[in-house]
Amino acid sequence: MSAQEDGHRSAEVAARVERRWATIAVIIVVMMALLAAFAGIHRATMPQPRVETTDPSRLHLAGEFVESNLGSVLEANGAVIVRAIGQQYSFTPACIVVPVDTPITLRATSADVVHGILIQGTNVNTMLVPGYISEQLMRFTRTGDYLMPCQEFCSFGHEGMWGKVRVIDKADFANRAKGGGRLSCVGQ
Amino acid sequence: MLANRKLILAHFWFAFSVFGVALTLGAWQMFIRSPIGTWLSNPELYYRSLTAHGTVMGYVFPTLVAMGFGYAISEAALEQRLVGVRWAWAGFWLIVLGSVMAIIPIALGRASVLYTFYPPLIGSPFYYIGVVLVVVGSWIWVALMAINLRVWRKAHPGAPVPLAMFANVAGSYLWAWTAVGAALELLLQIIPVSVGLKATIDAGLARVFFSWTLHAIVYFWLMPTYIAYYTIVPRAIGGRVYSDTMARISFILFLVVAMPIGMHHTFADPQVGAGFKFIHSAFTALVALPTLLTVFTICASVEIAARLRGGRGMFGWIRALPWDNPMMLALAFSFVMLGLGGAGGLINMSYQLDASIHNTQWITGHFHLIFGGAIVIMYFAIAYDLWPHLTGRELIDLRLIRTQLWLWFIGMIVTTFPWHWVGILGMPRRMAYFDFGHPAIAPQALSVTFSAFGGFILLTSGLLFLVILARGMRAPQADAGPYRFAIAVHQPATVPVALNTHALWVALMIVLTITNYGYPILTLALTEGTSVPAVYVGAQ
Repeated sequence: MSAQEDGHRSAEVAARVERRWATIAVIIVVMMALLAAFAGIHRATMPQPRVETTDPSRLHLAGEFVESNLGSVLEANGAVIVRAIGQQYSFTPACIVVPVDTPITLRATSADVVHGILIQGTNVNTMLVPGYISEQLMRFTRTGDYLMPCQEFCSFGHEGMWGKVRVIDKADFANRAKGGGRLSCVGQ
Repeated sequence: MLANRKLILAHFWFAFSVFGVALTLGAWQMFIRSPIGTWLSNPELYYRSLTAHGTVMGYVFPTLVAMGFGYAISEAALEQRLVGVRWAWAGFWLIVLGSVMAIIPIALGRASVLYTFYPPLIGSPFYYIGVVLVVVGSWIWVALMAINLRVWRKAHPGAPVPLAMFANVAGSYLWAWTAVGAALELLLQIIPVSVGLKATIDAGLARVFFSWTLHAIVYFWLMPTYIAYYTIVPRAIGGRVYSDTMARISFILFLVVAMPIGMHHTFADPQVGAGFKFIHSAFTALVALPTLLTVFTICASVEIAARLRGGRGMFGWIRALPWDNPMMLALAFSFVMLGLGGAGGLINMSYQLDASIHNTQWITGHFHLIFGGAIVIMYFAIAYDLWPHLTGRELIDLRLIRTQLWLWFIGMIVTTFPWHWVGILGMPRRMAYFDFGHPAIAPQALSVTFSAFGGFILLTSGLLFLVILARGMRAPQADAGPYRFAIAVHQPATVPVALNTHALWVALMIVLTITNYGYPILTLALTEGTSVPAVYVGAQ
């Protein structure tokens, strides 16, 4: 009888300890989700929020991603927009030029299969899915060259698909952007 | 009592043989893209190898281990001969047929699309149909597990389902449902294009379908490992399960929340909006819960074993554990890798942090540490534990077994730690070679070389594993007695219906999948003009 009571008591202790741990575990999980929500809402750090589509078979004919519109542009309101496409096995433009310490919007898509843009040494990282437009906000705090490999398998030439980002002085960029042309650093 | 030993051995031998081949390919890949290899004149060979490695390690190997182990659990835990043995063999042969059908086009370079398919890249239809056959074969197993449990329930009305079988059936249901995502992608989208019925495909929708499978499949791989934690380890080291109830809750949580979280693989994708990305991120945090509970329960179960062996003190009991027992060693290694890999996983599923490591070598490092490390080392332990019962012969060379486990652990750490590091530096995945002469890439050369050596250690360990099993087939005969599972400190006489059946939880799993996937899939399917021309692989 006493052994049975003893067993009963130990079972209660076991259950109590276990409940305590489960509570801690739940608190950890809830905290993680809340942290992510807070950073997302308060600091507006989040993955791409909107879904935009585009027809990859007509990219080269008209619209935002026609070849003459690719590259970096300084808008009248001071914003910088970079437009690029990925295709087997290169980016256009292969060298992207942007100003330092400036909010930049990268808009990109794929002309054929799934690719990805990753700028080394930064957290700029997005997929390029044909049919959809990827948009990322970025800001570089240091001038210099950054490698920009394709980060998604896109068939046999994937390992050769490396682009470049060149971050230059603000005034230099503004100077070159005068007249509203599309800038790149290809061949420079 | 294991009546269908041949069936189980067939599953294990086929699983471990293809594992050996895929492991060799993996080690070759580590070598050829490292600074110690020379550049491939034909990089396409690398992607053939990568497709084979992924297809075997992702679809064939863990599925067969789960099936073979599942049949063993059904017979040993329920103490009942397997019902539907003919069907089980049919399932096995379907998987063999599917594997061969898939591997031939891969070897010919007609299906170098990686195991994740990546439409609009399209390979030979035989590859996709082969994968479908593998999945169909495994669905036969799912049905058999449900049928066997039902037969047992009829004979034992109201009795608590043995924990091992409860978990095994939960794992089988999880697999049945999570495989539906990739099945829809293959049957509705890829195969029609591959055989020429259609020429365009919605790549964004395909990625969402695949994410349905891609995350929960990991928990299906994990199930045998967790079943071993709870129902084999405590028995093998002379302890008890701390809590039968907590074990059931953990498996139920896996069943329910492993499923509706897959879109954390698409954080960087343009075809899913921020809302569903956040929901999936939060649910992924939730899936840490059963693992946190398991770590607690298993550590407590192990402590019981240590104290029964005379261990004392707050931490002094750790020394009293049977460290020469391979099961103890495997568990310890598995937990270390689970802890490190799990911490990395929390970074991957984070709404914000993912961007810094998405699709870099960090990810490759992460899932090799979790799957190849924490999970597969327990597959080894399961095989060692079951082998004497399957062969009727003793596994004598414990020293060799311990060496094999140590090598696997060391190899996995040496492989994956540098992998994580170069990932943080921004090294992308799945590249046949790197230009280590480039000043920006040169600093990664040393890390990649380390990884390659880790790959060689893993290969050595894997081959040693096969040698040990093969020698076990010819060892002196010995009766291993009936196969037993661990019992709990407080073995329940009755279990609440909710913790003894699966229906409610399967329903919840399906409902959560619909709420978390229904809207994104429907909107993508209804959006016009997002289908893009297929790009055929190896057609020339």
